[in-house]
Amino acid sequence: MKIDPALRDQILSTVPSLRAFAISLSGNVDRADDLVQETLLRALANIHSFQPGTNLSAWLFTILRNLFRSEYRKRKREVEDTDGSFAESLKSYPDQLGRVEFQEFRTALAQLPAEQREALILVGASGFSYEEAADICECAVGTIKSRVNRARSRLAKLLSIDNVDDFGPDHATRAVLVGQDR
Amino acid sequence: MSTRKPGNPSEKMQTDPNGGKAPSGLNREIQSKIGQQLRAMYDDVVQEGVPDRFADLLRRIDNPSDEGKAE
Repeated sequence: MKIDPALRDQILSTVPSLRAFAISLSGNVDRADDLVQETLLRALANIHSFQPGTNLSAWLFTILRNLFRSEYRKRKREVEDTDGSFAESLKSYPDQLGRVEFQEFRTALAQLPAEQREALILVGASGFSYEEAADICECAVGTIKSRVNRARSRLAKLLSIDNVDDFGPDHATRAVLVGQDR
Repeated sequence: MSTRKPGNPSEKMQTDPNGGKAPSGLNREIQSKIGQQLRAMYDDVVQEGVPDRFADLLRRIDNPSDEGKAE
């Protein structure tokens, strides 16, 4: 199958962000990469249904989210998967990337209901507008807004931020840590 | 005689009913710290770029005859 080179480059340039989204959803790098791979295969198989000029990355995120949710539902039927086991699976995460600095934050994020987590990530990290996030999650804009707000309040409680200075390494430290890995 | 002026507008403005908090009850500074941490965690993965397996996957789909020649 021939892929339009410009479209292929555009798809590839979305991969890093798709991975970050998938890891945030699943809490597991290997599972996330399988999700991204499945997303790319599904996207290419249905590339005719993508309208050129519309938002490619929102389209890819929608596919990934739907795959994740159907997989999640399937797993839930097979093994009673609780939030606890999801949090448990996160424990291996920092080792896989060799960094512990985000562990506390990831653990807190994992305790949010899935809908709040995805809304917060799409708006707060992936850079989608509320409208785009609502399209991706197939819900109303107001619903996304309230999920994001609830996610933020819950995170603040979970991390019990009394003092902003308690909150993780500063930007300069992080830049150094990230720089060492590259 | 009293110097107190009920309903003095400037006095009213000094009393912020939300005490500097956002409507959701979260301090704006805390909200922005959460946002920073979220983006830092996300960008940490984004900065890893495109793993070879995905570039290879698209190349194989593009050129099925290219299989094995990759790299």
